[in-house]
Amino acid sequence: MPPPGGNVAYPRAQQPHLSLQATGFCNRGRQRARSGYWPRRFIFLNYNMSQTTPELATAAEEEWDMVIRARSGWFNLHLQDLWHYRDLLSMFVWRDFVAVYKQTILGPIWFFIQPLLTTATFTIIFSGVAKLSTDGLPPLLFYLAGTTPWNYFATCLTKTSTTFKDNASLFGKVYFPRLITPLSVVISTLIQFVIQFALLGIALAWFIWQGRDIRPDYASIFLGTPVLILMLGCLGLGSGIIISSLTTKYRDLGFLVTFGVQLAMYATPVVYPLSIVPDKYRFWIELNPMTGIVEAFRALYLGAGTFSWLLLSYSALVTGVLLFLGIIVFNKVEKSFMDTV
Amino acid sequence: MSTPVIRAEDVSKLYRLGEVGTGTIQHDINRWWHRIRGKEDPYAKVAAVNDRTRKEKKSSHDDYVWALKDVSFEVRQGEVLGIIGRNGAGKSTLLKLLSRVTSPSSGSIKIKGRIASLLEVGTGFHPELSGRENIFLNGAILGMRKQEIISRLDEIVDFSGCSAYLDTPVKRYSSGMYVRLAFAVAAYLEPEILIVDEVLAVGDAEFQKRCLSRMDKVSKLGKTVIFVSHNMSAMQSLCTSILRISNGEAGVKSRNVEQEINNYLHDCRTAQPSFPVELQDGMRILGLEIAPAIFPTGQSTMLTFEVELPIATTITDFAPVIYNHAGVRIGIMDGRNKLGLPRSFAPGRHCLQFNTGPVPLLPGDYVVGLYLRTLSAWVNHENLGDFQLTSETGMEITNYPAEHIGILNMSYSAAIL
Repeated sequence: MPPPGGNVAYPRAQQPHLSLQATGFCNRGRQRARSGYWPRRFIFLNYNMSQTTPELATAAEEEWDMVIRARSGWFNLHLQDLWHYRDLLSMFVWRDFVAVYKQTILGPIWFFIQPLLTTATFTIIFSGVAKLSTDGLPPLLFYLAGTTPWNYFATCLTKTSTTFKDNASLFGKVYFPRLITPLSVVISTLIQFVIQFALLGIALAWFIWQGRDIRPDYASIFLGTPVLILMLGCLGLGSGIIISSLTTKYRDLGFLVTFGVQLAMYATPVVYPLSIVPDKYRFWIELNPMTGIVEAFRALYLGAGTFSWLLLSYSALVTGVLLFLGIIVFNKVEKSFMDTV
Repeated sequence: MSTPVIRAEDVSKLYRLGEVGTGTIQHDINRWWHRIRGKEDPYAKVAAVNDRTRKEKKSSHDDYVWALKDVSFEVRQGEVLGIIGRNGAGKSTLLKLLSRVTSPSSGSIKIKGRIASLLEVGTGFHPELSGRENIFLNGAILGMRKQEIISRLDEIVDFSGCSAYLDTPVKRYSSGMYVRLAFAVAAYLEPEILIVDEVLAVGDAEFQKRCLSRMDKVSKLGKTVIFVSHNMSAMQSLCTSILRISNGEAGVKSRNVEQEINNYLHDCRTAQPSFPVELQDGMRILGLEIAPAIFPTGQSTMLTFEVELPIATTITDFAPVIYNHAGVRIGIMDGRNKLGLPRSFAPGRHCLQFNTGPVPLLPGDYVVGLYLRTLSAWVNHENLGDFQLTSETGMEITNYPAEHIGILNMSYSAAIL
């Protein structure tokens, strides 16, 4: 039997494999260092206990790694837990990617076919039939540069918006930071994005080789690409987890998501350039945070479109606010959603 | 004395019965309105004690129920705590709170050390992935690091006994193989506190034994185990203390495991049909006395039925029937022979007594039913009372497990010639 005192409660040295284990609880050293971890009420309680039951309450024994209570603060986000569970994140990403194409013959080639067909349809309908402007760009390239970022955002949003509902059986049986699930969705969708992006690259190279006058902004491509991808992912994640948190109890909002996302594409300059939007609608289109990102994306790779720092900063701001709000609401909901989902 | 690793203080959990619908939002708004004014939850105040059998509703507030009410206990390092209670008593709710699947409505739980909970075998298995892939996935979900799983992969595969199927999708597995693989992963999960729900209910006898011996081993390593099961013999051999929960309220944690389990079993037995039992034509069974109700196998007991007849009745059949715990009919005591039926009984109360004679059955719980027939009606009541057979005293060798013995406790003699 180990000697009393919290610091020697588990002989870690005798169980070396234990220290490798990833669980949700931060190590004690770190917790002690975090000021304000103990709510005031709890300190008071401790004090009382040491008065009444002195044999239990040496100072060392009263250190707890975790306190589960009814209501926790809005900002107690446990983000460090995410880091401890990073292996789970990678397993989920890998599972999402592998499991989808099991028992298909063409496998990941389906990732190519889907955007190709969408782009072909857009080319025929919006360019061929409706004769919408494409800012002087080859229609194929124009639509491809619009659907690539839009698809990534839309997929992130729809998939993360059902996080709680889809994973209820898993969440009901085991604890891990719930944010791992939507994060893994955003990352595994990135693989789909990369493949579509490669398609855009191939098309771009083809048109440049054909001598078309397309001037990608080579100077900013390396910096701009990751920033835009990050913004797309965060915007999709932020709005997705907000919807997911709001629909655990009352699922009404869930009905809105599927067709809402479809409609939102028309409120974003995906099939038309921002430059042809009449002034009276322009404000509303620009209010959409995706507008700035999609236009910046086109400007970056095709050297055309209405790029504006103001629009892009606005998008970044909305993204940040939505993500922050999303994480807070999500954290609040994840603690008790099992009772209502 | 070892240090406390879990301390639960006044933990309560409030649940709402019925469906989530338009009626719920009104309650939510009301609750929110109370909260922003800093008042107590209006529904928590009026919520009922958790008793699943109680049907009548007094008001709409009875939709709320305390699954757990003011549960406090402490678990020390190295302890194996068994939680017992009837179905719906709140055991699983408590485990869910401990493993952070959901949070309490009030009160707090303090935990020291890493917790892993095994509320279900094979959580998160993906049917399309192969056995090997699922070991990694399931291990990660249960909180293992990838490196750790790699280092134990051989042991896990060995333990599961599924090495030939390791690269086959688990959807092609038999349900037994699926469970074995899933448990193998969990068996090599070695946190400081392990929470195990009734996972032993699945799988064959060998699997259950393996599972129990593994848990025994884990506790020998100085880890704390919290364990819920209805398998009382497993409880008795594994646990060092027992916490009993009934209707959402916890008793006092007791270190006297055997006593606590016996008390529990006894209380379960008293939960019998409430007499008088109404039969057809106004006949009633006022009571069944079984004395003794707990006796060693091979001994006899006395069954006394008290019957009330509204009018003069001719009883043609009166036969107590013995069932085992699984509802299998074991034997019948035909009253036609010993009571001289059919025969006419005057209105009023009658007592009919049966001596079972030596009962050579396996130790365990048995139920007494009754087959009763008159000229105009008949009834076959399957549960009027029960008795418990304990093991024979003075046997030197421990018995084989019950499933190997059968149903009869042979009274035999043997010699080496």
